[in-house]
Amino acid sequence: MEALDLARWQFGITTIYHFLFVPLTIGLSAIVAVLQTAWHRTGKAEYLRATKFFGKLFLINFAMGVVTGIVQEFQFGMNWSDYSTFVGDVFGAPLAMEALLAFFLESTFIGLWIFGWDRLPRRVHLACIWIVAIGTNLSAYFIIAANAWMRHPVGYEVDPVTDRARLTDIGAVLTNPQAWSTYLHVVAGAFIAAGLFVVAVSAVKLMRERWPQSGAERPHHSEHALFRKTLRLGFVVTALAGLVVVLSGDHQAKLMASDEPMKLASAEALWSDEDGAGFSLFAVGDIENGRNHINVQIPKVLSFLATGDFAGNVQGINDVQARYEAVFGPGDYRPNIGVLYWSFRLMMGLGLAGVAISVAGLWLTRRGRLPDRRWMYRVAIATLPAALLANIFGWVLTEMGRQPWTVVGELLTANSVSPGVSLTQVAISLTAFTVIYGVLAVVEAGLLWRYIKAGPGHVVPYPPDGSDTAPAAAEPDTTDERVPALVY
Amino acid sequence: MDLPTIWFVAIAVLWTGYFVLEGFDFGVGTLLGVLGRNDIDRRVMINSIGPVWDGNEVWLITAIGATFAAFPAWYGSMLSGFYLPMLVILLALIARGVAFEYRGKVDDARWRRRWDIAIVAGSSVPAFLWGVLLADFVRGVPMDAEHVVRAGLADVFNPYALLGGVLTLGLFALHGAVFLALKTDGPVRRAARRTAGRLALVVVPAAVAFLGWTQAEHGTWWTLPVALVAVLALVAGSGLAARGREGWAFTATAVTVVGLTVVVFGSMFPIVLSSTTDPAFSLTVAAAASAPYTLTLMSWLALVLLPLVIGYQAWSYWVFRKRVAPPPASPPSANRGISATESG
Repeated sequence: MEALDLARWQFGITTIYHFLFVPLTIGLSAIVAVLQTAWHRTGKAEYLRATKFFGKLFLINFAMGVVTGIVQEFQFGMNWSDYSTFVGDVFGAPLAMEALLAFFLESTFIGLWIFGWDRLPRRVHLACIWIVAIGTNLSAYFIIAANAWMRHPVGYEVDPVTDRARLTDIGAVLTNPQAWSTYLHVVAGAFIAAGLFVVAVSAVKLMRERWPQSGAERPHHSEHALFRKTLRLGFVVTALAGLVVVLSGDHQAKLMASDEPMKLASAEALWSDEDGAGFSLFAVGDIENGRNHINVQIPKVLSFLATGDFAGNVQGINDVQARYEAVFGPGDYRPNIGVLYWSFRLMMGLGLAGVAISVAGLWLTRRGRLPDRRWMYRVAIATLPAALLANIFGWVLTEMGRQPWTVVGELLTANSVSPGVSLTQVAISLTAFTVIYGVLAVVEAGLLWRYIKAGPGHVVPYPPDGSDTAPAAAEPDTTDERVPALVY
Repeated sequence: MDLPTIWFVAIAVLWTGYFVLEGFDFGVGTLLGVLGRNDIDRRVMINSIGPVWDGNEVWLITAIGATFAAFPAWYGSMLSGFYLPMLVILLALIARGVAFEYRGKVDDARWRRRWDIAIVAGSSVPAFLWGVLLADFVRGVPMDAEHVVRAGLADVFNPYALLGGVLTLGLFALHGAVFLALKTDGPVRRAARRTAGRLALVVVPAAVAFLGWTQAEHGTWWTLPVALVAVLALVAGSGLAARGREGWAFTATAVTVVGLTVVVFGSMFPIVLSSTTDPAFSLTVAAAASAPYTLTLMSWLALVLLPLVIGYQAWSYWVFRKRVAPPPASPPSANRGISATESG
């Protein structure tokens, strides 16, 4: 065991954990903004309730995304100082842009939104949540551009004196096809996760209403209509995002075939270059000897996905390995093939299942209908963990597929780690992060569940007369000497 | 001035912004255990920084991000070299960030008590450690010719650095007390004024000692007047707070924080991380810097975006300019009244 191994585990654990919250933040910020816009335009109390209810869940999640994000920014320098020194000139620029353009927007306007309900004119307050949504979605672009550069470095040269990468064309870095293609894929995946979050929460509430637990208080009569609406909103978001995910995913496969042939070959357990290669459904491989024992395939489909031509040539692991050895010298340039193969399948399978269920859900809930089978609600709830897992397997494929490189063709992961940091130090930080993240996961899940159970009536109380109107929406009183409400 | 120097200044400015802004919210967090005698008081304190602490913290994110882009070698050596202190700072920032958001979300005394501890520890520990690290940046750590830091805990926590830590912990607490006096009303405001006066008894000597030591060992001709201004502003700030001139007092403690940061970064220049192993191994601005293309690009970005950022952050402070005070209707024991004003 070396510091390198633990540093990789730490990066994997902290990044995956961070990315449980990020997709929800990206998608929910926009969904909450849409709900608030609906309230703004119609003035209906149910939209205000939906905004505040899902807004609360969004904030519980947002806090976790923020604090786990800081770790990422420090981690490059702490564990990967040789990597940082090599790439900072190129990689740091989009990161700094992210902070200047997006983080300040997000963090300042989220504060204005949380505390501004009765301080800001309604329109301005609505603008705040939209700015948060835009800031969040913008920040994703810069970080993905930086990540895309590691997989497909462009717009740089390596300084012969300092032996460090040097940015020569920021335009090339920001318009890297890998950047915008991955961006579309990741953001669409995030909207699927957020859409299914709304679906799962709505399904829980509708299921509890229909099959009440013994002793449970009956929910307010208006909640049925509210959650039917949000359920359908979640389905619509997921279905639309599903379309983008499929189209961008197709583009990603083609980029992978040309820029990262080893990753595609590993994800498909394709050992040798092949014309008209088949898409693998199930394979058992022999990594040592570079072949498959079993491989169930759909003929020619991989070639079509990778090249747009059923007879196209797809490179295989053993041949890419030989080519890399010729260029980069002796070494093992193969990633962890088993992990890649199954991550690819789980990403697609779980992701597409969520999309398919959403399309089916839209049909089942058409024109005022709601399914009356309990298992259907349970399936809708299960789509949320499935979507989060699909997002994570996507990143496992992306990042582990890049191995043994941190910057493809330029810097090996083994040469990226901090030379002055000991195994003990990394072990301490890995343990500390794992423990605190574990505790916070329990706290966060508990808090989400508490607010879901309490329902919208908790955030905007129902009037005693049984109607569903909200208390008169507070238009800010500019002359008031009233103290600001305590929010926390 | 050449581009690397401009960027050294820019990063010093970002750190200065961070310490001035997060300084007071660290201070409020530190004082939560001292000044917040009941739940209403504590909520008043937390709500005084509620809308702004997250935006304040982005100054740190930006300072670190800008260091990564403009001085990759500095970024790498600094973060890997001070591994464990940085880890503790991260854990503290995680705990306190979550605590602010989650504390008020369950109406239960034990729940809040636990988050209060997280806020106090999560604010005071980084307030102390940043001072330690600032001092170490100036003083230097064992570092080889490849700029790999090999510092043990005794190298990091030397007497000079500990003094720096005591100073920032105390100074931020004082800055936070003055902020509370400025931004709240009722019992918290009165207690904060008294506390500011008491803190000054510790902070003023600490500031004199630390700035004097820095000036004697590392200072240049122009850091001396800055250090003097910092100390004078601190004395003036404490006096003004006691007299109820809270706006001026806050300005004065902010000047002290600015002065302290300027002295530290001014004393470092042109070295970003100095080596105690051999001064020749020290990492200089020039050696750590990115190429001119990146620095030019970043300059334009900062020039366009930073004024915008300052503009909307200032606006957010203006929106929440009113003092925070307990709701007049509710007696200090009744918490229920506030829970109804749920938001977001």
